[in-house]
Amino acid sequence: MTPTTLELLAVASVLVAFSGLPGLLLPAGTRAAQRLATVLHVLGCAVGVSAAALALAGNTATARFAWPLPGGALTFALDRLSAFFLVPVFVVSGLGSIYGESYWAEAHHPKNGRKLRCFYGVATAGLALVMVAGDAWSFLIGWEIVSLAAFFLVTTDQDDVAALRAGWIYLVSAHAGTLILFAMFALLHDATGGWLLAPSVALGTSSLLRPILLLALAGFGFKAGVIPLHVWIPEAHAAAPSHVSALLSGVVLKMAIYGLVRVLSMLPAYPTWLGLALVALGITSGVLGVVMALAQHDLKRLLAYHSIENIGIILIGLGVGALGMAQHRLGWAVLGFTGGLLHVWNHAAFKSLLFYSAGAVIHATGTREIDALGGLFRRMRFTGAAFLVGAVAICGLPPLNGFVSEWLISLASFRALTHASGGVEMLGAATAAPALAFIGALAVACFVKAFSAVFLGTPRGPHATRDVADASRSMRFSMGALALACAVIGLWPTGAAGVSRRAADALLGTHAGPAASADLGALGGMPLFLLGAIAAAGVVAVALLRKAALTTTWDCGYASPSPRTQYTASSFAELLVGLFRWAIFPDEHRPRLKGPFPATDQRFASHAPDPVLDRFLLPVISRGRSILGLAHIIQAGRIQAYLLYIVIALVVLLAWSSAW
Amino acid sequence: MVTSVVNLVVVLAFAPFLLGVINKTKAFVAGRNGPPILQGYYDLGKLLRKGFVVSRTTTWVFLAGPVLSVVAPVVAMLMLPLGGRPALLSFTGDMILFVYVFALARFFVATAAMDTGSAFEGMGAAREVTFSALAEPALLFGLLALTRLSGSLSLTRMLDLRAAGGWQKASASIVLILASWFIVLLAENARVPFDDPNTHLELTMIHEVMVLDHAGPAFGFILYGAALKLTVFSTLLVTLLIPVRSGIDALDLAIFVGGLLGVGVVVGLVESSMARLRLVRVPQLLVTATLLAGFAVVLLVR
Repeated sequence: MTPTTLELLAVASVLVAFSGLPGLLLPAGTRAAQRLATVLHVLGCAVGVSAAALALAGNTATARFAWPLPGGALTFALDRLSAFFLVPVFVVSGLGSIYGESYWAEAHHPKNGRKLRCFYGVATAGLALVMVAGDAWSFLIGWEIVSLAAFFLVTTDQDDVAALRAGWIYLVSAHAGTLILFAMFALLHDATGGWLLAPSVALGTSSLLRPILLLALAGFGFKAGVIPLHVWIPEAHAAAPSHVSALLSGVVLKMAIYGLVRVLSMLPAYPTWLGLALVALGITSGVLGVVMALAQHDLKRLLAYHSIENIGIILIGLGVGALGMAQHRLGWAVLGFTGGLLHVWNHAAFKSLLFYSAGAVIHATGTREIDALGGLFRRMRFTGAAFLVGAVAICGLPPLNGFVSEWLISLASFRALTHASGGVEMLGAATAAPALAFIGALAVACFVKAFSAVFLGTPRGPHATRDVADASRSMRFSMGALALACAVIGLWPTGAAGVSRRAADALLGTHAGPAASADLGALGGMPLFLLGAIAAAGVVAVALLRKAALTTTWDCGYASPSPRTQYTASSFAELLVGLFRWAIFPDEHRPRLKGPFPATDQRFASHAPDPVLDRFLLPVISRGRSILGLAHIIQAGRIQAYLLYIVIALVVLLAWSSAW
Repeated sequence: MVTSVVNLVVVLAFAPFLLGVINKTKAFVAGRNGPPILQGYYDLGKLLRKGFVVSRTTTWVFLAGPVLSVVAPVVAMLMLPLGGRPALLSFTGDMILFVYVFALARFFVATAAMDTGSAFEGMGAAREVTFSALAEPALLFGLLALTRLSGSLSLTRMLDLRAAGGWQKASASIVLILASWFIVLLAENARVPFDDPNTHLELTMIHEVMVLDHAGPAFGFILYGAALKLTVFSTLLVTLLIPVRSGIDALDLAIFVGGLLGVGVVVGLVESSMARLRLVRVPQLLVTATLLAGFAVVLLVR
């Protein structure tokens, strides 16, 4: 008997979950432990990818195990939708493990290298469990495994205060989200009469539908980083090792998108308000995410805010799809869902690529401060090119993969307007295309800033002038593989779009139909056309280069430009950040200069603390703590006092009951 | 098909003439003689023959800017109906590629500017990416309105207002789109009131300051690319404004080119009659353009 895809996936999960265990038995700092963990992990991921590929080809499977706790059974189901989300899990996790070989080498990190690899495997297995969960219980078990393992991943460097702070913020917000999900699943049980995550007709007429969907938006929003629930994202992504940041951003956030999509797939009909809410949340997260990214000085924080932006784009896609379903226009809906789902893959590819190349820069220079870098392209050619590919892809520019998914979502928006009647759904969908173009254009601003401040110009400080070498071979392999993925999806869009189309059909279940195929077919001719244009551009560029003579930068006649006169990343972003001052409240320190030679401490400085976390939550919490401090009067920690309270309470209760 | 190719070649050759028309108009209003109307061609010829100097700081990205600034408008032109004839390349969703291909060029032109490590060029690049971002939604809303009007998802049919009876049915929306897109044209092509192509004060410039370090043929590419981009945006306006097709190839092309000249004259008149806006006012005008186009969509959806 051949094993089912689910069994194959179980093998993969066990391999990755325990990949770090044998290493724990070997002494710290040994290379063998690290090698063994990587080999097991990559092997598990390879098996996992093949299981997902088989399932995408139609070999779906389900399994059910009795268990004595509530629910009565654990159900697992691997359908096309699950398989679609499993592909990035195993690809990014496997590549990250190879990347980690030299990024977090055991020899340099004997204290925590083994812990990192152990929890890296556990988190990956937990992600796989979430994606194949067939009922609420198995879903929540997987969800908690990922949440906890990710805490240990973020706090890998346990001596780093910033990492610990990030870890706690993450843990609190992850569990706030989980708590909401508990409530959501409880209501779901009431509405559908079971724990299964399967389409339910009863759900459509249930009065609980609205609270269920609102709780789902909030609970999954905490994990996905939907503004204003995004507080953990910048901190955790910045503090974690770079391949962990890639896993968090590329895959862990997608776990929440998967959860949301799974809940959507249970609906018999899509209410209009849901689509409008998704589009509105998506546009808010998309625009504000990229604006906050523009204001950052820390390379990894900048990338983290871009994750929020891309989650926004995914939500816009899903929202436009939901609006299409509310209007019963399948062609419009399928385009929206297909684009949103494809963006899940695309974001996993280019964001992991960006985190890997940012990690390579940090590894080589020892700083995450964008304005301390510069001129690295000449010495880190591979890393620079990889970052550039990721940057062009994340801005949604042709001919790379980001464009394909944004094209699909925008086309859904245009398609919506071709229908005879549409009302508010049509207007909602019509905002998607301009919003995407705006977000994309802001992303262009942000990545021109990030790429040129880090890689172009001349080195701005000692970090960038020191003897930096390009990334090691294992890091280059992971970056190269992802850059290739970005190019392949961009240049052969019908392939990836076809796969996402089938995942979208799985999401729509019985609603699915043959609509929208013609629209998707239009993708086929584009790449050849673009390739031709790019090839022509390349020929012209080479012809130009042959004649070039070298000199210093002209700089309007200034003969000896200094690195300090270059435009900095903060100056570059100042104009746009200023336009959005009302939303992100940047800090500016402008000292009054005295005398013709001002003292050196009179420097202009600007910072962009997170508007929700640093401006609102932390002050509220610290004020709240001083009020709650009053409770210390009765809460002194003396057992005798607590016994006294119990006696008093019992006496009062007895008196109260006998009085009745 | 043959006509479309001929029209494309004519328009590609015509583009630098449009710059000449603008300058001649400005000279006329100011009572000067002005540079010859063919000055654009003389400049290009001179630049392409010149040597090519690049800064030691730069990398290959520096070359990608000028090359893409020509490639992007050419790609865009392939998707536009020129002179009332169908575009050479027309497919579902081509208007999205039309918008994004300019964003690709902008990415590399701005990156090329930053590649020199010069503060002036950084300043220009920052302004360019900021203002273009604000212009983008206006363009998209206009396209959405045209899709609503024509029921089509491809530029050739969207811009042809005859079939849907656009002017009779929705003249208000079309006027709003034209107004919005004219503002976008001025912003995207660095014309007054957004930017002054004649100024030589680097601190106040946007587009010109970005390309200070490009010399010889590379600067020629930038100049030609700018002329092409202006022609592309004028094409959008002219095609909407003159929905007349005589059926005679040469006459249609002549009407179209005449329309382009008209846009050049109008741009020249705008430049003669008003000053450049302060930088802080620029976003307000671009948001206005977005609102105009958004209003056009709302009128059509109702």
